[in-house]
Amino acid sequence: MEILNYNWIKNTFIKLKKHQFLFEELVKRDFKQKYKRTVLGMAWSILSPLLTLLVLKVIFSHFFGQRIAHYTIYLFCGNLLFSYFSESTRTGMGALMSNAGIFSKVNIPKYLFLFSKNISSLINFLLTLCVFFIFVFFEGIPFTLKFFALLYPVCCLIIFNLGIGLILSALFVFFRDIGYLYNVFTMLLMYASAIFYTIETFPEKYQMVFYLNPVFCNIAYFRSIVLEDTIPSLNLHILCFLYAVIALFIGTFIYKKFNHKFLYYI
Amino acid sequence: MSIIEAKDVSIRYLTGDFKDIGLKEYVVRKLRGNYHVTEFWADRHITFSLEKGDMLGIIGSNGAGKSTLLKAVSGIMVPTEGSLKISGNIAALLELASGFDKDLTVRENAYLRGAMLGYTRNFMNEKYESIIDFAELQDFQDRPFKQLSSGMKSRLAFSIACLVNPDILILDEVLSVGDGAFAKKSGDKMKEILKSGVTGILVSHSLPRVRNLCNKILWIDHGKQVAFTDEVNLYCDAYEEFLNSKILPEDREQVKAMAANLKKRKDKAKLLANRNEAQKLEDMLNKGTSDAAIQAAISLLKKKKPQVLK
Repeated sequence: MEILNYNWIKNTFIKLKKHQFLFEELVKRDFKQKYKRTVLGMAWSILSPLLTLLVLKVIFSHFFGQRIAHYTIYLFCGNLLFSYFSESTRTGMGALMSNAGIFSKVNIPKYLFLFSKNISSLINFLLTLCVFFIFVFFEGIPFTLKFFALLYPVCCLIIFNLGIGLILSALFVFFRDIGYLYNVFTMLLMYASAIFYTIETFPEKYQMVFYLNPVFCNIAYFRSIVLEDTIPSLNLHILCFLYAVIALFIGTFIYKKFNHKFLYYI
Repeated sequence: MSIIEAKDVSIRYLTGDFKDIGLKEYVVRKLRGNYHVTEFWADRHITFSLEKGDMLGIIGSNGAGKSTLLKAVSGIMVPTEGSLKISGNIAALLELASGFDKDLTVRENAYLRGAMLGYTRNFMNEKYESIIDFAELQDFQDRPFKQLSSGMKSRLAFSIACLVNPDILILDEVLSVGDGAFAKKSGDKMKEILKSGVTGILVSHSLPRVRNLCNKILWIDHGKQVAFTDEVNLYCDAYEEFLNSKILPEDREQVKAMAANLKKRKDKAKLLANRNEAQKLEDMLNKGTSDAAIQAAISLLKKKKPQVLK
């Protein structure tokens, strides 16, 4: 496989280095675009997940609150990771289309546009993550060394989002329908991610089905560390890793294959 | 050794059903076998080569495939057939005014554009002042880009682009920028860059400019190569005649004939213009009510051609 070729990977890094300045400028631009004409600007990236959290808390406390310990943190774990996933892929989807005017005139690597969109959602995510830790602190959950293991699901999710973003942004060039379909799909995925309920209410044989959902795997990892103070099983590690790598692999493959064909579709 | 060598380059565009149809239509048409993709050859069998310091002018009417060829040379597209060898780094200045972001300020846009053209941050920091000075936008640096007039936009684009120091420079209709004064300034700057020994490709509809700047010419018509030659003036003449008669030359003899035709036509036009002028003068003299006009004519003749009066 050409993709796994060592030289190709090396060249990609050289290219990234070469385009570092462009990349920084693109990130800046995307940030500005995102918060233009908002009064609160960046504060929204913290406020909006908190508001969602509040809504979830108000509605679902009554149903699930008694059975699940630290329910606010439980909700926050799910909401934190899921909104990162959905925001990063949703904004990433338009990355190619909205920059068509640029890459049809100047020869620059097209994945830079997606990377830059992903960076701004990643920064949002990290900000919310800080708020999350503040919540954890006030909830009286002790911080242990095991919290460092949270880096693993975060990294997996970053790579996974990147891969899905590559796939979606490419497909979006070919079929604009993807935008609508994906909205429905993310809603479905949200309900299947056990954000506000626990999968233990389901019979054991159905619980395995949840692990087909990559976002859920990362959420489960998070909860296991924060709420149960246990490092999850090796299987969960492998699963998170596999999802991330497969998504990235398919995404890179599509970009490589259609690199010069995107031009025909815009 | 050639800097650019294009051998039998053909570029195909795909058009037809796949564009602008949704997912549903795509599936339906695929199932019915009703899905058609048509090919469109924007360029067919183009062959040329440039040495260091050459300046190639690409001429041809609208839709001839000039811009597509430039896209291939600058690496945005790959040739469908044939080979394209390029040694050295390229700066392509295609349709300058696009690709700016209307909500960013002039300064931010300048940096973004610089980054797109492959400059480094240090380079931009160093040159930013001179860019703004050259574009004469000192008072607009922190205004949103959308508040600029279109002339100012292209002035900024040009000022950033002309800093390039590439081995190969590609220009697509960028020389005509801004109002009279700036157009002259930008033209001078362009000439200065071209004189520094870069290899260049220029697409322009302005024939005087092509004659002035280029030492080689590639003439394309509807994707087909009519000529690649270094007889710039002869072929420019023929091309001018072609714009008038719409008949393509088939060999060098015809090109010569066309150039001769153009000369004939131009002479004729000049003759006609002269005759018109004489006619006008006569009319003026005829209209004169007094003898003053005749007196004036006679005194003029006395001064300039006394032998006529005798």
